Amino acid sequence: MLGELGTSSLTVGLLCATLTALLWLRVALFGTPTRPARLATAATLTTAAVACGVLEAALLRHDFSVRYVAENGGRQVPLYYTVTSLWSALDGSLLLWLLVLGGYAVLLAGRRYPARLQAYAMVVVSAVTVFFFALSCFAANPFRAVDPVPADGPGPNPLLQQHPAMGVHPPLLYAGYIGLVVPFAFALAAPLAGREGRGWLRVARPWTLVAWAALTAGIGLGAWWSYAVLGWGGYWAWDPVENASLLPWLTTTAFLHTALGPGARRAGWNLVLACASFVLVLLGTFLTRSGAVASVHAFTDSPLGPMLLGFVLLAVVASTILTGWRPPEPAGRTASPVLLSRSTAVLVNGVLLVTIAAVVLIGTIFPLLSGPLGGVRTSVGPDYYHRTAVPLAIVVLLAMGVTPALRGHDRTRALRRLAVPGAVALATVAVVGLLSRPGLPALTAFGTAAFVLTGLAGELPDRFRRSGRGRLAGLVAHAGIALVAVGVAGSSAYGRDAERTVRTGETLRVADVSIRLVGVDRRGDSGGMTVRARLRLSESGEAERTVTPVLRYHPARDTVVTLPAIDTGLLRDTYVTLIAVSPDDGSATLRLAVNPLVGLLWAGGALTAAGGLGSAIATARPRRVGTPRDRARPASGAVRAGAAG
Amino acid sequence: MNRRRTGRTAVVVVLLAAGALLVTSGLRGTLTYYRTPGEVLRDPDAARERVRLGGDVVPGSLRRDGDLVVFRLAEGGQAITVEQRGAPPGTFREGEGAVVEGTLSADGTFRSDHVVVRHGNEYRASTSPVEPVDAR
Repeated sequence: MLGELGTSSLTVGLLCATLTALLWLRVALFGTPTRPARLATAATLTTAAVACGVLEAALLRHDFSVRYVAENGGRQVPLYYTVTSLWSALDGSLLLWLLVLGGYAVLLAGRRYPARLQAYAMVVVSAVTVFFFALSCFAANPFRAVDPVPADGPGPNPLLQQHPAMGVHPPLLYAGYIGLVVPFAFALAAPLAGREGRGWLRVARPWTLVAWAALTAGIGLGAWWSYAVLGWGGYWAWDPVENASLLPWLTTTAFLHTALGPGARRAGWNLVLACASFVLVLLGTFLTRSGAVASVHAFTDSPLGPMLLGFVLLAVVASTILTGWRPPEPAGRTASPVLLSRSTAVLVNGVLLVTIAAVVLIGTIFPLLSGPLGGVRTSVGPDYYHRTAVPLAIVVLLAMGVTPALRGHDRTRALRRLAVPGAVALATVAVVGLLSRPGLPALTAFGTAAFVLTGLAGELPDRFRRSGRGRLAGLVAHAGIALVAVGVAGSSAYGRDAERTVRTGETLRVADVSIRLVGVDRRGDSGGMTVRARLRLSESGEAERTVTPVLRYHPARDTVVTLPAIDTGLLRDTYVTLIAVSPDDGSATLRLAVNPLVGLLWAGGALTAAGGLGSAIATARPRRVGTPRDRARPASGAVRAGAAG
Repeated sequence: MNRRRTGRTAVVVVLLAAGALLVTSGLRGTLTYYRTPGEVLRDPDAARERVRLGGDVVPGSLRRDGDLVVFRLAEGGQAITVEQRGAPPGTFREGEGAVVEGTLSADGTFRSDHVVVRHGNEYRASTSPVEPVDAR
């Protein structure tokens, strides 16, 4: 019953989305009233919402005749994780994807922009919606019936039932990924809309900022998740899934910077970056969802992979044609830019960010191509990224510190502005280098981050005096990035760990931290088996504490999940993982790690996302857009989308 | 205008060259090749440098030996003994597929120091038919 309802809602949604695209195309070509198109957009969102609601209802009612519920539901699963299991596997998360996409479409349709620009942008968004409805209908329909109906299901992947962040991380990431469809749509619409398309950057900026802030928060949460749940002790493994989220982030960051500044300078750049960001979202979806990259899994025989790949290629072709076919830029362009100027620095930074993205992309797809092309199966390890992406990232950080000082035309003043940060950076390098041996990359990162942070602190009074919240928000975002750099460098340079099998009463020691095994408790319950190791943790200068890392065995999925015990301090975490217990003599294999400065990662990520959001609010203030006919309304809607996503 | 275009092209070419150089130098020495037990047995020299070895953990072969975990990885009827330093992650178990990273030692055992961990995200569109699960 619920299954049929869900399938029909997807089918109706596909029809609605197609109709929406056609109606918006009619508006764009003939300038007809937009009301029918807007209604169709709202109807599309409704069908997506119904599909999500039906699947959620099926999950909550444990209706195991629905395939998705049979595969991802379970009677033992706590209510919260039953609700979040809507996005715990591909088919359900596609419905969430459709819901968010529909939401963006309705918000975009409700704003008042230059008519043709908006109509063409809506055509692009609707076309993307059509594709994803088709994907959901034909390749990944979660509502297919199961026969015979099982009595119970395995529940979602155990890793996805360990942490409340499961309710936040995927929706945030999706809000970020899908939000990038808006700048993509405007970039494709701008050449089509002719003269009306000139203001596309200003129109797209708040949307891009919201999407970027959500993506930043999503990536940060993902790293935290990796650290707190996956139990391998790190937060970033240069895994295809992680790279797929990083790639659009890099190009969007570059886009946000090149799109600043007077008018439509570097128009080509902006168009290409806006298109590339969404194409990379699609490519990342393809890489992570089709099983193409994963060595352990075979490429699946579902039509999903080919469909996604085809759509990626279509998006690339459409972007290439439309961005290549631009109306000639308006006359009266500025003279050739000064070499040592702010705009050059921003451009250099953009180039560097795109280079990092290219390097990461090559590393991610190289294993995919090396098989068919050269016949050897390879994998690209983290070392590749450490050698290529990390040095580039440090240069980007440096450019981030130099750029703000280059405002105005007075070179000597600019150099004088850089004197204090430069001195602080050198002092930092000297002190840190003398007191410890963090290695060259980390040392450079510390120095550069000190340079950036000092420069930002110097900017503060100036920005308060001169300008609005937008500039301040940018400053906050930059400070966040610098903090992340310090966190990454510190935790990788000073992190220490040890792994050993210990018997009851024995200790494992790392630096000044030691853990003593007190005992191992086993407890079986309906949902599986839990093993806890009771440990006494003692650090110099602090009272002894008990920590209990956990191993949980989930019979339904036949997997073991390890839950680390993380003791968060101000400057460092102690991170204890229970890796294995031996059933006979009560010994346990433990891993103890001391991770300094990881807290800065989360704080920096939060600051960066907050800065992006603040900047979005500031740029979305009512402005006169395009022709005098169009009244701009406050863009609280766009911001709400980010908050509610 | 024309001179500027030439200059711009030159800059782009230099950048591309630098990028290509960076990528190739980055890939050199960081690429690990995947091998199956059969390939390693046929051509032991290829596994003297660091490789990834993938296969299924032979049921009943897993034992712990102090800090070492010893098991056999098999694929297509060929099996290799793997000595893994440090404990494998929780997802690792007998009868399941696993990928380890390390080198082949002279005595024919594969010394691994790293079990490749799968990310907590399902890459795969699950197409496997649902089997009724008995509620345990």
